[in-house]
Amino acid sequence: MNAPAEAIVQINSHPCRVWQKGTGERLGYVPGYGGLPRWTPFLDELAVTRRVIAPSLPGFPGGLGHTELDSQFDWVVATRDLLEAADLLGADIIAAGFGAALVADVAALWPDSLRSLTLIAPFGVFFDDEPIADIWAPRPGPVENILVTDPTRYREFVKLADGGDPVEWPIMMNRANEAAARYLWPLGNTGLIKRLHRISVPTLLLWGAQDAVVPPSYAERFAERIQAPTSISRIADAGHLAEIDQPAQVAERILAFLRQAP
Amino acid sequence: MKLCWFHLMPYRDLPNDFREKHDSVWVTIDSRLFDAERAHQIYNDSMDELEFAAEVGFDAICVNEHHNNGYGLMPSPNLIAAALARRTRDTAICVMGNSLALYNPPVRVAEEMAMLDCISGGRLIAGFPVGTPMDTCYAYGQNPSTLRERYYEANDLIIKAWTEPDVFTWNGRYNQQRYVNIWPRPIQKPHPPVWIPGGGSIETWNFCAEHDYVYAYLSYFGSLSAEETMRGFWNEMARLGKDRNPYRAGFLQFVGVAESRKEALKLYAEAGEYFYKRCLHVAPAFSAAPGYTTEATARAKLQSQVQQAANYFPELPQTFAQMVDKGYVIIGSPDEVAEQMRDVATRLHIGHLMPNLQFGNMPTELVRHNTELFARKVLPQIKDVFDDEWEDHWWPTGMRNKPAVPAPVAQTRAEAAA
Repeated sequence: MNAPAEAIVQINSHPCRVWQKGTGERLGYVPGYGGLPRWTPFLDELAVTRRVIAPSLPGFPGGLGHTELDSQFDWVVATRDLLEAADLLGADIIAAGFGAALVADVAALWPDSLRSLTLIAPFGVFFDDEPIADIWAPRPGPVENILVTDPTRYREFVKLADGGDPVEWPIMMNRANEAAARYLWPLGNTGLIKRLHRISVPTLLLWGAQDAVVPPSYAERFAERIQAPTSISRIADAGHLAEIDQPAQVAERILAFLRQAP
Repeated sequence: MKLCWFHLMPYRDLPNDFREKHDSVWVTIDSRLFDAERAHQIYNDSMDELEFAAEVGFDAICVNEHHNNGYGLMPSPNLIAAALARRTRDTAICVMGNSLALYNPPVRVAEEMAMLDCISGGRLIAGFPVGTPMDTCYAYGQNPSTLRERYYEANDLIIKAWTEPDVFTWNGRYNQQRYVNIWPRPIQKPHPPVWIPGGGSIETWNFCAEHDYVYAYLSYFGSLSAEETMRGFWNEMARLGKDRNPYRAGFLQFVGVAESRKEALKLYAEAGEYFYKRCLHVAPAFSAAPGYTTEATARAKLQSQVQQAANYFPELPQTFAQMVDKGYVIIGSPDEVAEQMRDVATRLHIGHLMPNLQFGNMPTELVRHNTELFARKVLPQIKDVFDDEWEDHWWPTGMRNKPAVPAPVAQTRAEAAA
């Protein structure tokens, strides 16, 4: 894997990293649990044919400033500002898990801000009859047991980078968790359900078939509320972080969706 | 030195196989284990024990706050404190918790504590804990990322509500009120002494120094494991230019007094093992929440290679003898206990020692025995520690005028009729 190009943008006067790789049409990626501590094989698959742009939300690896954000309103505005600063307005956007809760709201509030939306197991909605798992306090742990079908894949994803600082690295990973908790604690319910009907761009709802965090049945419940054309895709042998479990398959499904989208 | 009798108020009937059959004593404890009629007895026994401690000469009686917790039956310590205020006359009443960020608006704490101060005649010690992750983030659903900010703001709001004579507007980050103007106001001026129960976080030490509050280290793991924390606290006080007045600090210590060490080992073994093996059986997942530990504290812990701040519960010993060896519980004859308590106070430099003489499922008769022996034979031996050197600026002042004398306990209707 070649390293991505790196740029820094300012959100609320705090630095946020933007990684970029590949050529072609713009394709944004806003990650979920743990953010992006390193570039991934999934993004490399996408970068074969597209210019992949991955901005870091405040508090997630590469980004700071989460403690400035006190409400869902603050977070959604910051997310929109970040997409704009990363040159992603009007682009196809993929957003996963924690990040998807925010990007879905951007799509709902500013319908012209993206061309298509891919949500991978989004947070933001909580149904009492099929609750989202307690990702903050999984019992029994560790958390990777519910994030992916093969825990070693997650450990590889978050392990200390070569030359990384053994003190600052775990603090960075904890910060990602704190940032997400700041807008999602305790249930992951941001009230997004009230705004889903406003999403008006073609939307792919993609889930790992073995997602133990956000139930895969949420896909239909999202689809019936979104007014724009939606399609649902479930990936076999993949958990909540489907793109970590099955990078090639997830990339292939998304690229197929993007080829069909108007 | 001040001796503050501390009650956690545990449920005393958790089953023998609790550890094996149940997930956690805290947050998700099985409510089917709770017998409300048994709790009637436990509450009344516990409050009798607190009143007894006041009667036999302890300087303060202490209650605290926990939620969804099998070893702490006081989600509202203020209720217990209100009852104690009516039944005691000259003992300080130490409410070692209202977790400030849990109350909305936080002036509720200012109001209730002002009520307690008025009812008790100026005997209130106001404890302001941040609260554990189990209580605040999991049981009460508070956001761990904003918990401390809310806590600091609540502290500022409560102090202002106690001290500002005019109606004021609070335009805070987390609280907005057009008219803050609490009635009643506390007797103690400018306000009741504030004690901060805490773990080993640097922010808490700084907060105590900045506001001139007492830092009370409520550890269940004895003075040996507390040495590093208290050294850190005193170093930080020195760095911030504060004096070494031992009354800046409090420390909780489990104690069992008997006629001899051998007898103490026999008398208190069951209660000790019950506490450490059942009451501290907490699902590890709940002992941390994202953002609860600040980055500065996390960094300090990682750099010093000591255990994570979030790790409340070290590996627990299996037998009472091991608990005693590790210093979790101090036991012995009155002379032996006095010597050890004096050592704890001087080694950690603690002016407010908080002996916990009821722990686990210790039955009420044994609690009284323990409390009485301590009061009669231990307390007189250690009371003088620090007194000739330091003044306690963090103790309730009482009233300028003669306090009210509560009427005797009401008779039953049948008694009154007779």
